[in-house]
Amino acid sequence: MLRIPCPYCGERDEAEFRYGGEVPGSIPQTDVGDQAWADYLFARDNPKGLVHERWCHSHGCGQWFNVVRDTVTHRIHAVYGAGEAPPVVDCSNESQADGGR
Amino acid sequence: MSPSQPLRKAQGGRIDRTRTVAFRFDGRRYLGHPGDTLASALLANGVKVMGRSMKLHRPRGVLSAGVEEPNALFSVDWGSGKIPSIRATVMPALDGLVAQSQNCFPSVNFDLGRALDFTHRLWPAGFYYKMFKWPSWRAFEWAVRRTAGIGRLPDGTDRTRYRHLNSHCDVLVVGSGPSGLAAALEAGRRGEDVLVVEQDVAFGGSLLHDPMAIDGAASDDWLEAALAELDGMDNVRLMANATAAGCYDHNLVTIHDRSAAYRSDGPVETFHKVRARRIVLATGATEQPMLFGNNDLPGIMLAGAVHAYVGRYAVNCGQRVAGVVNNDAGWHSLLAVHDAGTAVRAIVDTRGDVERELLDAAEERGIAVHPGATPLTARGSSGVRGLRFAAANETTKQVDCDLIAMSGGLNPTTQLYSQAGGKLRYDERRHCFVPDKDPADLDVVGAASGSFGWENGSSVRPCTVAPVRTGRQWVDFQHDVTAADIELAVRENYVSVEHMKRYTTAGMAVDQGKTSNLGVLSLLAQLTGRSPGEVGTTTARPQFMPVTMGAIAGNRRGDFYRPAKRLAAHDWHAGEGAVFDDYGAWKRPAFYGDDRDASIAREVLAVRQSVGFFDGSPLGKIEVKGPDAARFLDRIYVNNVLTLKPGRVRYGLMLNENGVVIDDGVFVRQDEDHFLVNTTSGNAERIAAWLEEWHQCEFFDMRLVLSNVTSQWAVATLAGPDARAVLQSLPGLIDLSTASFPHLRFAAGHLADGMPYRLQRVSFSGEQSYELSVPSNRAASIFERLQAAAGPGKLVPIGVEALMVLRTEKGFVHVGVDTDGTTNPLDIGFGAVVDRKQRDFIGARSLARPNDRRTDRRQLVGFELLDRNASVPAGAHFVTGSNGGRRSEGFVTSACDSPTLGRTIGIGLIEGGFGRKGEEVLVYDSGRNLPARIVDPCFYDPSGERMRA
Repeated sequence: MLRIPCPYCGERDEAEFRYGGEVPGSIPQTDVGDQAWADYLFARDNPKGLVHERWCHSHGCGQWFNVVRDTVTHRIHAVYGAGEAPPVVDCSNESQADGGR
Repeated sequence: MSPSQPLRKAQGGRIDRTRTVAFRFDGRRYLGHPGDTLASALLANGVKVMGRSMKLHRPRGVLSAGVEEPNALFSVDWGSGKIPSIRATVMPALDGLVAQSQNCFPSVNFDLGRALDFTHRLWPAGFYYKMFKWPSWRAFEWAVRRTAGIGRLPDGTDRTRYRHLNSHCDVLVVGSGPSGLAAALEAGRRGEDVLVVEQDVAFGGSLLHDPMAIDGAASDDWLEAALAELDGMDNVRLMANATAAGCYDHNLVTIHDRSAAYRSDGPVETFHKVRARRIVLATGATEQPMLFGNNDLPGIMLAGAVHAYVGRYAVNCGQRVAGVVNNDAGWHSLLAVHDAGTAVRAIVDTRGDVERELLDAAEERGIAVHPGATPLTARGSSGVRGLRFAAANETTKQVDCDLIAMSGGLNPTTQLYSQAGGKLRYDERRHCFVPDKDPADLDVVGAASGSFGWENGSSVRPCTVAPVRTGRQWVDFQHDVTAADIELAVRENYVSVEHMKRYTTAGMAVDQGKTSNLGVLSLLAQLTGRSPGEVGTTTARPQFMPVTMGAIAGNRRGDFYRPAKRLAAHDWHAGEGAVFDDYGAWKRPAFYGDDRDASIAREVLAVRQSVGFFDGSPLGKIEVKGPDAARFLDRIYVNNVLTLKPGRVRYGLMLNENGVVIDDGVFVRQDEDHFLVNTTSGNAERIAAWLEEWHQCEFFDMRLVLSNVTSQWAVATLAGPDARAVLQSLPGLIDLSTASFPHLRFAAGHLADGMPYRLQRVSFSGEQSYELSVPSNRAASIFERLQAAAGPGKLVPIGVEALMVLRTEKGFVHVGVDTDGTTNPLDIGFGAVVDRKQRDFIGARSLARPNDRRTDRRQLVGFELLDRNASVPAGAHFVTGSNGGRRSEGFVTSACDSPTLGRTIGIGLIEGGFGRKGEEVLVYDSGRNLPARIVDPCFYDPSGERMRA
């Protein structure tokens, strides 16, 4: 159970949030090829380390935002608004050094 | 002292001798004192056999004095109802309590299941993967299911009340031994919010039986002072009888609190979720058993436990004790036990280099010592009579005893540490796994960190398989795993610790291997020529101790499990004779009257012939307002939204990005920049959230707001040829004539009495139909007025079931019923709408994939049974081919005995359905093949004249 810093309300318990998965790429144009469309729809990075993902403070302000989370340590490095460019995060090789589980 | 407790010492211990408690164990009455556990009270009464092992039904006595207990598990009832597998070593001896041994028949002392032990060669490790194969598993399943497991689920109502509590603290201290209390004092004095959790009924940990000097004072005095000081601090909470059961991300700890569980006026268990800034683990260490033949006999206990029973409970567990140890902590316990009056005859130490100091201490007490010896086997059948061992000079010796106190070393209790992400390191010298790399905001102190207080003594010698075969050597007592089982598994190449655990089931019993995991992996290391550090440990997962399911559920059971939504006019419907059923989260009238089928038919015919009234309040209603509302909804709907004029209504489909239909309903353009989106009744919240997600995450540059107003408006649906006449009688309503208010129109305004209303002319029944929305709190009153306006008995209330028949007759799809997670709009006949739309919408690109365009996909059709008297349920399959090569081509999604048409009709999805109109197919249901004809899904008024009338 994470503690997630909602950019609008402050730090709250994960139970107040809804998970929205990895931030997908931008929506392709309709003339995109079948393979590229399938990649957009179904392929996700699922990295060991930093991941950019969407969360919604559904039992709070109702706002969607993005979170930079380390999937190994669960540390949340940054949050930023929907549609904004992700901030540069210096994780100092934290998860690599940790080796994961 | 009560004469009924022959092994109780005359003084000492932390029991209240001024009072007695009486309880029953297996039908016999026993006495104990407040402060006793069930185990200590039974030991005081000379009870040796307390349980039967899970697999082989071997008689077992109590092994430990704490939560790690694998053997003494009882079904216990203290007014709570009978609760299985309670550890006798932690359960307080309560007055009036009833306890029963488990896994034995007819009794714990004579158990027919012991036959399994006498035939133990048939049941080696992994036996269930090797046997039970011929003729098939099913031939054995019945017997295996009956034999497997221990304890029985309680029946009847659970009398315990459960609740959840959330809290925060600066420092959470788990464990109240000397290290835990010291940490709590330090944090408390700094003014931090401190919570101390102790699973025992009393604070103090090892100090309760093993006094020592702390800060120059006797530990009893130190303990009293420390508790008094902590008690006096407002910023410190002390919680006894509460187990920290799980540690989760970002320092969330769950605590199973039984402090009120033994109340006679109604037991309460609390499940705490505590978020701590910092966690201090002072969880101590668990003593491990030694490996020798028959080491599971009743009367063989952990040395620390023998010490605890005599020190804390004033119980002599035996008269003549033999010690079997490989470390200094065992010596410490044995010397203390001897000094407390339980005579130790001999100490067998597998190490040759025992410290001089310890040897001298034993000699002073007249205890025979055998350093460098190897324990061979315990003698006795249902109790210990002696110990055979090989002395250092390899001669076999024997010592008579009625109790063997063993100590295989201490292993830090690190389950919570591992759950928090901490890394363990194998310590060669102490032969155990110690915390190595602490996670952020977590500290380990005391024995849990590997500081056992004898660091300067000789190192621990790991247990090894006895070189001489001297009977079975138990590694896991609860699951009956022996050293030979581990050897067998290694021979069969189960050399990974995770495979070993699953194959032999070692460490997988109720005790989760608290006294066996270390033994398993040191044997595995020895047998495969690795060090235990290389073998590694299995992952410790929550819960550390079994937590009652009730505590995890809290109050979310019964009516609170999934609170029902009731209609604003629920009571009005009840007065009309409604029979309610669950539709999604809603309790809605299924039909009105006593006879289900007759009521549904009557209601359907009322709509077809005169007028019916339906409470459509759960219909999803989402307002979309703003300059870009039309552009936004045009991306959402398959349909063209931009061309809709204000005051008009259009039917639309919503898809997900994969092109699958997820919802349908009408949308209304109230004004140029103001829309009202209707969703399926069960889907309002999901679609509202989904629209928000699209707006906020992808279309954030569009200017609009979304608002779910579903529960603000109650909806009265009037349908049938007389609907207009009834509705028009409400004073203040607009002119409803078809000329001025045709099908698919919307109007809003106020009735003559000022009540605001919204009115849309839409139809889900195929008849002329109006949906009148009024504020929710006016639902019952508007229903009554409509009823009065219609005249007595004229306005027939109809339930959800009749509406479903009506829409099936009309061939209207119900998304989620007639469609599933693979249905695209083309499959349900919306290909033309899709192809007409030139702009992008959600799911559009997916519909261009070859697979979405295949003509042999399952497509929506109607069907009618050729036999007018037969009927089929939804879910029946359309089949083709004869018995041998029969396959399903699709299935019935909705079917009904149509009162209007007088026959069984339905709709369904069948491969290539659009091109098969008129074809005869078979519908398979429960062994019958019913001939049916594929037809258009719209059975009633295909031209829509009645709907538009």
